[in-house]
Amino acid sequence: MEHIVIIGNGISGVTAARHIRKLSDKKITIVSAETDYFFSRTALMYVYMGHMKFEHTQPYENWFWKKNRIELKKGYVTAIDSNNKSLNFAEGDTLSYDKLIIATGSKPNKFGWPGQDLNGVMGMYHKQDLDNLEKYAPNKNVCKRAVIVGGGLIGIELAEMLHSRHIPVTFLVRENSFWNGVLPEGESAMINREILRSNIDLRLGVNLKEIKGNTNGKVTSITIAETGEEIQCDVVGLTAGVSPNVDFIKESDIEIGRGVKVNRFLETNVQDIYAIGDCAEQHEAIGSRRPIEAVWYTGRMMGETVAQTICGNRIEYKPGHWFNSAKFIDIEYQTYGWVWAQQKENESRFYWEHEDGTKCIHINYDKNSRTFIGINTFGIRMRHQFFDKVLTEKQSVEHVLEHLADANFDPEFYKLYEREIVSKFNQENGTNIQLKKKSWKRIFA
Amino acid sequence: MKAIKNIGLVFFLIGLAIFTGSLFTGSFSLSEQEVVAFVESKGYKSEIIKEKLTKAIVTDESLNIFQFSSRVREAYKASNDHYDALIARYDAEKNWDKKGAQFQYKIYGKSHTLSYEVAKIAGSGFVKDNAGLLWWLTFGLAIVGALLFILPNIVLLGKEGIKNNGIYHESSTNRGWIAWLVLVYLVTFYLVLYFMPDYAVNWTYILDPISKSLNGGEASQWFVYGFLYCVIMIVMAARMYIKYRHNKYQVIRTTSVLFFQIVFAFLIPEIMTSLNMPGYDFKNAFPLDYDFFFEWNLDSLRDSGAIGLFILVWGIVLTLIIVPVMVYFFGKRWYCSWVCGCGGLAETLGDPYRQHSSKKLVSWKLERWLIHSVLVFSLIMTLVTLYCYFTGTESFLGIKSQWIKDTYSFLIGAWFAGVIGTGFYPIFGNRVWCRFGCPLAAYLGLVQRFKSRFRITTNGGQCISCGNCSTYCEQGIDVRAYAQKGENIIRSSCVGCGICSAVCPRGVLKLENGPEAGRINPTEILLGNDVDLMALVNQNNAK
Repeated sequence: MEHIVIIGNGISGVTAARHIRKLSDKKITIVSAETDYFFSRTALMYVYMGHMKFEHTQPYENWFWKKNRIELKKGYVTAIDSNNKSLNFAEGDTLSYDKLIIATGSKPNKFGWPGQDLNGVMGMYHKQDLDNLEKYAPNKNVCKRAVIVGGGLIGIELAEMLHSRHIPVTFLVRENSFWNGVLPEGESAMINREILRSNIDLRLGVNLKEIKGNTNGKVTSITIAETGEEIQCDVVGLTAGVSPNVDFIKESDIEIGRGVKVNRFLETNVQDIYAIGDCAEQHEAIGSRRPIEAVWYTGRMMGETVAQTICGNRIEYKPGHWFNSAKFIDIEYQTYGWVWAQQKENESRFYWEHEDGTKCIHINYDKNSRTFIGINTFGIRMRHQFFDKVLTEKQSVEHVLEHLADANFDPEFYKLYEREIVSKFNQENGTNIQLKKKSWKRIFA
Repeated sequence: MKAIKNIGLVFFLIGLAIFTGSLFTGSFSLSEQEVVAFVESKGYKSEIIKEKLTKAIVTDESLNIFQFSSRVREAYKASNDHYDALIARYDAEKNWDKKGAQFQYKIYGKSHTLSYEVAKIAGSGFVKDNAGLLWWLTFGLAIVGALLFILPNIVLLGKEGIKNNGIYHESSTNRGWIAWLVLVYLVTFYLVLYFMPDYAVNWTYILDPISKSLNGGEASQWFVYGFLYCVIMIVMAARMYIKYRHNKYQVIRTTSVLFFQIVFAFLIPEIMTSLNMPGYDFKNAFPLDYDFFFEWNLDSLRDSGAIGLFILVWGIVLTLIIVPVMVYFFGKRWYCSWVCGCGGLAETLGDPYRQHSSKKLVSWKLERWLIHSVLVFSLIMTLVTLYCYFTGTESFLGIKSQWIKDTYSFLIGAWFAGVIGTGFYPIFGNRVWCRFGCPLAAYLGLVQRFKSRFRITTNGGQCISCGNCSTYCEQGIDVRAYAQKGENIIRSSCVGCGICSAVCPRGVLKLENGPEAGRINPTEILLGNDVDLMALVNQNNAK
């Protein structure tokens, strides 16, 4: 029986294993050094905040793996011997495979800052980071202040986490406005305000110079490069992005760039070795996507796809229209299609913001053809299916606005803003779009 | 703010302590004339109960309720024992006539209930004499204290939004010692209420004035329960309003359960009683209202003229037509989390404990076995009861009508719905009864599962499997298991409380009533992954 070995028990590896099991009787082994069982990395923050216990982050009960004949091996892979089709473990043992899926995910970036390996300096990615945070920042007495370096999604989550335990947070962001490499100005400013509203000490346009520690090797302060200001702290969160976790592959025959290089079939240059999820790097970017996408659902989709290939139905990885979501403290964010931080030559934009400053939508469309390109929505939930269809059918911005009621996904009885939004669009563009009433028929068509 | 909270907590605890302590106060005795009057009013034929009661409770001693109860129960027992002995003797002598004549002298009823009736007229003391003051020292202090504890959350919780911070760090909400203490208190409360009402007679004194003003009569232990139920729901609804003030669905839903509890379950029946009508809760549908078809209720309805007939017809129409039709259009939520009293308590008092429902697969299996068994049990009981009612026999299919009614009332009505259903909130979550036991929920669930427009829609591929939805599902549904597969959630047990949607950080879940077509949507590949679906389907078909 063919033996499929998967390195990594994150969403990509586990999805691949599940689908291979659905499609075949192959022997499946998942290898991980991090945890015994699959858990949802995105939910670690809720464990620290006390919304959940760690066990709640595990989507499958512990019997699930045995029942589905998915073997779990705890171990740290140090090398892949592709000639002998075998893995070497730090524990000294080996494991042979017929087909190998590399799904090792990411690791937090460190940019060689002085003091970056001191105790109390951590990322927020692994289960071990959570344990570390619990150790160094259990409450505001042990951790009198925390400094977070890097203004991305994980950074703001870590800030929210610490804030939930009333620990004062200083948040160093290199950019002049939060996440403005991804978010346009209006949205970015809204999140700046949201951060400040939570009494988080947001510092924009600054870089970390160094981290200082005491004689016990524990962090005591950081210094800001631009101002030279020294900030006393007990914890430093390094959240300046992530990069593929592929160091252990460097000595093998597998081609790597920043991540493991794969073609559209998620195959590496070595026969029978595949890579999926955060650690995979496409030779050429797919559409407007990045060659490496560290996103939950792309990992899942690659897992779904590679399972087909491994089970004899070789298919291309074809991510559909871009979408994503996040939550910035109390503001939910969803995006469908593309709304770049900077408007492109052929694009036109429509931005509406609610007067309370916590809800907005930003629509991007082609100024000549008026084709809808994408939408950012903050504080208003929208229907994925609606926008997926609109993008596939290349509908116009007018069509989207006309049917905005169909797109709404907020809970029942929520106040609706469609009328306000459409009238603002009409005003700005001299159009006469009439909002159509919500239609179940269209929604479920 | 923190200080206000702490002061509130102290007030609440003092109120609760006085409320609990009041049970141990007062003295209980009757004069000889009162005993005579009581026995006559009850129409007891026993020739010795008067003497036994007189000996037991006509006294200068200051008996507390426990001593008093014990003596009264002894007296009743002595009387019944006396006639039992006679019955045994005549039985041995084969003197059937005399034996048969003895049964009329026996006094039937649960000993604590008999004792309650005597105690209600026998009490005296500070509590009874100062009902108004005691109301303020118990209910008043506890309500004010609880509100002082709850209201600062408007500020302390920070901005509007989901604030579940620290739930798993707190003893009270993480099955710590406080949770266990609450469990012990609640369980004890229900045991007293259902099985030892005489011990709680002092509470009825506190509410006598309110009861009299509402229905003209004195408060019973059920009045105490109903009043307490409303008070707790109002106070804890304030907590819901603050916690979910950003979520209009929750605000409206909370208002709805509050309205139906106060007006339908409490005020209307009280007012009906004062008008000499049978007190009826118009929203309490059979088979949750399991004694609707009991002889005593049918007789009482028959004797109540037009209103009785109306109630009878309404009760049947409610169960057979209104309930399923509403479930078709809105899902069982219209009842379970918008109208029902049990649901109302679960959604207010029980909300802090919703995360404790078990999400294990075995619990789901147990749930389906148990709840459908209770449904069958209630239907068999009703069938037997009705058959016996109309034919005048005592049993049907070899099942004694009285026995099955008593067994159901005891096991399901008292233990399952009350002691376990509510008493175990802090450990097993707030919907134990609704999930595992309620026969009406089972019935609604069958309709919801197979013929309804209701579903929780999953928003394409946005789920990140974080597990907030599953954690906070009070019905123990593993919502995430569906959401992460892009499947809509169609489950018979879902009461549509809407919390999964509220706690979702990515806007994945939405409760909706829509067309039946496409309601159940098994998905091989989630939205967003544009694999060549036809090739995939062909591939699957080829196998």
